[in-house]
Amino acid sequence: MQIYADNAATTKMSEAAMEAMTDGMKNWFGNPSSLYTIGQKAKEKLEEAREEIAAVINASPREIIFTSGGSEADNQALLTAAINGKKQGKTHIISSAFEHHAILHTLKKLKKNGFEITLLPVHENGIVRLDELEQAIREDTCLVTIMTANNEIGTIQPVAEIGEICRRHGVLFHTDAVQAVGHLPIDVQAQHIDMLSASAHKFHGPKGVGFLYARKGIILQNLIEGGAQERGKRAGTENLPGILAMAVALKEAAAHMTQNNAHMTEIRDYLIKGLSEIPHSALNGDAKQRLAGNVNFSFEGIEGEGILLLLDQKGISASSGSACTSGALDPSHVLLAIGRIHDVAHGSLRLSIGEDITKEEADYVIASVKEVVAHLRSFSPVWRDLTEGKKDFILK
Amino acid sequence: MALYSDKVMDHFLQPRNLGTIENADGVGEVGNAKCGDIMKMYLKIDDDIITDVKFETFGCASAIASSSMATELIKGQRVEDAMQLTNKAVAEALDGLPAYKMHCSVLAEEAIQAALEDYHNKMEQK
Repeated sequence: MQIYADNAATTKMSEAAMEAMTDGMKNWFGNPSSLYTIGQKAKEKLEEAREEIAAVINASPREIIFTSGGSEADNQALLTAAINGKKQGKTHIISSAFEHHAILHTLKKLKKNGFEITLLPVHENGIVRLDELEQAIREDTCLVTIMTANNEIGTIQPVAEIGEICRRHGVLFHTDAVQAVGHLPIDVQAQHIDMLSASAHKFHGPKGVGFLYARKGIILQNLIEGGAQERGKRAGTENLPGILAMAVALKEAAAHMTQNNAHMTEIRDYLIKGLSEIPHSALNGDAKQRLAGNVNFSFEGIEGEGILLLLDQKGISASSGSACTSGALDPSHVLLAIGRIHDVAHGSLRLSIGEDITKEEADYVIASVKEVVAHLRSFSPVWRDLTEGKKDFILK
Repeated sequence: MALYSDKVMDHFLQPRNLGTIENADGVGEVGNAKCGDIMKMYLKIDDDIITDVKFETFGCASAIASSSMATELIKGQRVEDAMQLTNKAVAEALDGLPAYKMHCSVLAEEAIQAALEDYHNKMEQK
């Protein structure tokens, strides 16, 4: 059995997206900046895609800037807020402890350049608290950037409420919605979102393309200087085949969102129930306030890389927050942020299921994980110490 | 290119000398759970020859493979020869490890050394 359960890393392109991409390559090769018909036809296709994408998140087309993906959109949003803030003497930024590195590393750079950064705690359930956010806002706060849904543990943040607080205090609100767009309903107006980042390959579109939504009136700072594409805010000839495919993939995802989420939530909860039967294991992040496709567990006494490689032998593709899988010394900053200590964070497993997963496949995943965990524990000196009472279990 | 050599995968999927030895002549444990690697080695030694060796490892695939390979390399060897085992020899026997995984082979060397040291300490006490 082959089960791809790493959809938070990337998704397989949909057939319709692939068709749109090849259609773009075959039939719309013109440069949208050229004045002759072939160029202007390409321009029309580009603007159609922009309209379709804007409609899905209730934005206006002018508010959509196409980028190379989520990381670029995150960088541009933060740089914009920082430079515009600094002009008004505002150099304080609020974010959360478990943001994606595209946010955290950019904030680190801004800190070196004199900005003050407050990272809100995300607590055991992996959700920021509104009272703590409101308390953190200061006179000189120029930006709040909090992700819509976490990429590792899938927890969903109260975006509309955060947006409302920010709007009330006159602070810009950006959200990294890379894991959420195409998976959760998004309405930038109702949720008071000023800027939002998205990436096509997380919703069955192609890699290397995404977009930044920036509310009208926000003067964007360029990361890439050059031609006047994207209203002069992002130079470089547009990746038209990618953009056309992204629009098709997003429309598809939005059209099937309700039924996809209903099905995935059922399988997700079934997986959580099954994996909870493994002794001394724990679900990471809130059980309900999480993406329909996300399951993330810690298993005490073992290390995550072994779990992944043994699951791979059984045809299951998954991911882990262990240090060994990243080449770093520390395990996932997300798991540490929700209070998992190193020993337990190393033994984590993330399954991000696809829309087409079946109950039979879920049964196979549960049985495989149980087998793999038992095997790795059978020769783990940590597990021996725990079971012989020489060390106390952390996960009950 | 695959993450690991075939040898590493072979020793990870079918670890040699897994387990423990009751009343072992030498036991060594190195590493810590915080860093994500712990190795424990058990030695049976008769007339200065390592007649049996077993291991338990908490860690990634290369840590498990490194311990497995290290046990193979010293099994049947004289104690003084086993003392000379280097992490480089372990890594080479595995057809190499990725640079950021070399510490796994260091840990295997240290685990063997710790077990041999324990053996010497026990001998002195006799």
